[in-house]
Amino acid sequence: MAQKRQVRVGSQWMYARDAEKALSEALRVMKEEEGHHESFITKYVFSQDHKWIGVQYGVTALCFLLFGFFLMIMMRLQLGWPGEPFWVIKMFFHGDGKLLPEQYNQLGAMHGTIMVFLAIVPLAVGAFGNYVVPLQIGAPDMAFPKLNMASYWCYLPGGLVMLASMFLLQTKGGAAQSGWTSYPPLSDIASQGQTWWLVGMIFLITSSLLGSVNFIVTIIQLRAKGMTWDRLPFFVWAQFVTSFLLLLAFPPLEAAGVLQLMDRVAGTSFFLPSGLVVSGEVLKNAGGGNPLLWQHLFWFLAHPEVYVLILPAMGIVAEIIANNTRKSLWGYRSMVGASIFLGFMSFIVWAHHMFMTGMGQALSAFFQTTTMIISIPSVIILSALFITLWGGSIRFNVPMLFALAFLPMFGIGGLTGLPLGLATTDIHLHDTYYVIGHFHYVVAPGTIFAMFAGIYYWFPKVTGRMLNEKLGKLHFWSSFVFINGIFMPMFYQGLAGVSRRLYDGGIQYAHAKEAASATNPFMSACAVGLFLSQLPFIYNFFTSIKWGERVGANPWQANTLEWVATTSPPLGHGNFTTVPVVYRGPYDYSLPGSADDYLPQTTPEPGTVAAPVIAPAPVVA
Amino acid sequence: MSAEAHGHMEIPFTVHARPDTGLYNGKLGVWLFLASEVMLFGALFSSLILIRTGSTTPWPEGWKELHVYPAMINTFVLIASSVFVIMAWANLRLRKPKVARMWIAATLLCGFAFMGIKGYEYSLSFAHHHFPKTNNFFAIYFTMTGLHGLHVLGGMVVFAYFLTKGWSMHEHEYQRFTNRIEIVGLYWHFVDLVWIFLFPTLYLL
Repeated sequence: MAQKRQVRVGSQWMYARDAEKALSEALRVMKEEEGHHESFITKYVFSQDHKWIGVQYGVTALCFLLFGFFLMIMMRLQLGWPGEPFWVIKMFFHGDGKLLPEQYNQLGAMHGTIMVFLAIVPLAVGAFGNYVVPLQIGAPDMAFPKLNMASYWCYLPGGLVMLASMFLLQTKGGAAQSGWTSYPPLSDIASQGQTWWLVGMIFLITSSLLGSVNFIVTIIQLRAKGMTWDRLPFFVWAQFVTSFLLLLAFPPLEAAGVLQLMDRVAGTSFFLPSGLVVSGEVLKNAGGGNPLLWQHLFWFLAHPEVYVLILPAMGIVAEIIANNTRKSLWGYRSMVGASIFLGFMSFIVWAHHMFMTGMGQALSAFFQTTTMIISIPSVIILSALFITLWGGSIRFNVPMLFALAFLPMFGIGGLTGLPLGLATTDIHLHDTYYVIGHFHYVVAPGTIFAMFAGIYYWFPKVTGRMLNEKLGKLHFWSSFVFINGIFMPMFYQGLAGVSRRLYDGGIQYAHAKEAASATNPFMSACAVGLFLSQLPFIYNFFTSIKWGERVGANPWQANTLEWVATTSPPLGHGNFTTVPVVYRGPYDYSLPGSADDYLPQTTPEPGTVAAPVIAPAPVVA
Repeated sequence: MSAEAHGHMEIPFTVHARPDTGLYNGKLGVWLFLASEVMLFGALFSSLILIRTGSTTPWPEGWKELHVYPAMINTFVLIASSVFVIMAWANLRLRKPKVARMWIAATLLCGFAFMGIKGYEYSLSFAHHHFPKTNNFFAIYFTMTGLHGLHVLGGMVVFAYFLTKGWSMHEHEYQRFTNRIEIVGLYWHFVDLVWIFLFPTLYLL
């Protein structure tokens, strides 16, 4: 019987049939891995390595960030000097260089959409989350590498659809013009660009769904041995809560998007009330719909989205502050508890965006109460970060400067939100520049500064080289001055009653004329200054990839696994040569009695024997 | 083996459960995905409630406008298919892959039956000149059943894959294949459950 014949494999005798099976299996695995490792397409384009996907997300998001900012420059030129022709506007819209009202509306809608959905969330979650989370928890990759790849490849087409609507449709009414909030009934009857916006959004929502499932599973399942929940770096906690927000808040917007798409494509009336008059004629549709329904569904996403923007930023800032004060985070457990509470609360505050819609006193009272409550966890986190600074010997390097600036900037953004969250004061302030100033302080000198902090901090991990310190400081100080020059006057404008979304910045209104014309040129000049301030960063970024100062694995003398358990840049697939084992929390800095002022998470407690180095085998339990 | 040869680690808990969570990665992943699906359909059901309660004209009565009997048959078809997919998984656990394959095929067949009956129902509606734009009742009916139909279709594609190209996995990675049937089964139960809510809400209330 040929099948029963035995052969020797290594030191073992086995049946020939089994040996053949094992051999073909080994060949199959090897083939699969070769494909994995060697093809340019699978390595750089359709990569399944979380680190490279993180880089893809980061670079794409930075491009969108710059483009979204450029759109705002065109708007700011118009606001500062209404009706004047400008060369950039001429280049972009091929007109006479004067911005038209409908073009202004396009720029406004696309600026908001691009900044929120294509720039900051992908940067905060897609780039930093993807690159850093698996490394910080000691995982070889994300739990689902293929889903991770699919997530990026849903994000990019979504972004391209948005861009295409801007460049291809200028003769057909242009891109979406109904603001990033796309309120019906205007958005229902807007030109074709709005349909493209909806299609783009459905891609982006799919991308974020795939990403958030992946993050949650990775953090729950792939933590290395000893990486208990109370030893997770705060950044990982922030990403964990963020992923839950993305997972549960985005689907209602998807539902809303489907309904609006039906309204626009299939002629339904979900958001169109009966008897709507458009251009002097009654709209011929079934009617009976409710425009407020869109606002409820939209803000059910978009308020948690605010915390999606801010939580990863807080995570980054916490890491950098602990590292550069050489102190343990003050109140780590309170911060974690606060972020979880923040996540829960963010689902029941959405209608504070709708105080002025006539939804009723009872609802307003409820939502203003929850809104006041949700400010508490933010204050806890911010206070904990401030107290961490107390008595530390602070290293003022570039990431730390950005992280330090985040604290007061986010503080201004948060505190100016309180009058908006109270239904009474909101009557005066709603839809003015005060609102714009408020949320830009949270997101621009808040979150974007934290993103820059993260880029300067983790750049040596990704490339093995430092960003230039002098150019970094130039970038920081000029950005810091100009960004305040843009947003601080907005509070004054808003209090003076200058409405947002005005094509000429408000000069046609008697009550707003003085405040608008006194400040708008200065703010617009600051916007141009801020744009120029990014040039040192762009130059620094590209030259440092090639010529930056080479550094070792742990240039910041940090404790977390991404610095102490792998090289800079980390290994390809798998991240670590040996499975890291975690013995302590992430912030053991300046412990009395220890030789160094930092103790990596992989250092065993004194008196215990380090676990033997585990061979790089799968850690199947 | 491959890990050592190529100097890298493999992702843990893809097949076997992590001891402290009791879950393998895919199972946790599908539960999270279903949580997001609950939010998606939850938002649509909420929209239905809001539009219906806010309607200024009398809301059409589902049992008069729609076709209750085909929909009722469809309800039983989907419930049966949910049982079938469990039978497939149970037989895989009992190491009877051939029997399991029959049950997978039966599940897929139910999917076809559901979509066929649904298409017949749609054609009846169209014949009565009932379209999404007719009124908000038909708008929400076509939107919700249409989206549900897409979910059924998605499940059918996966079952068809497991019957054809994906079938060979059970030869060399038996446990992983069994897990896959468990995961698609969870999804399939959810799709079934959505219909069990849709049927009374749209047709009977």
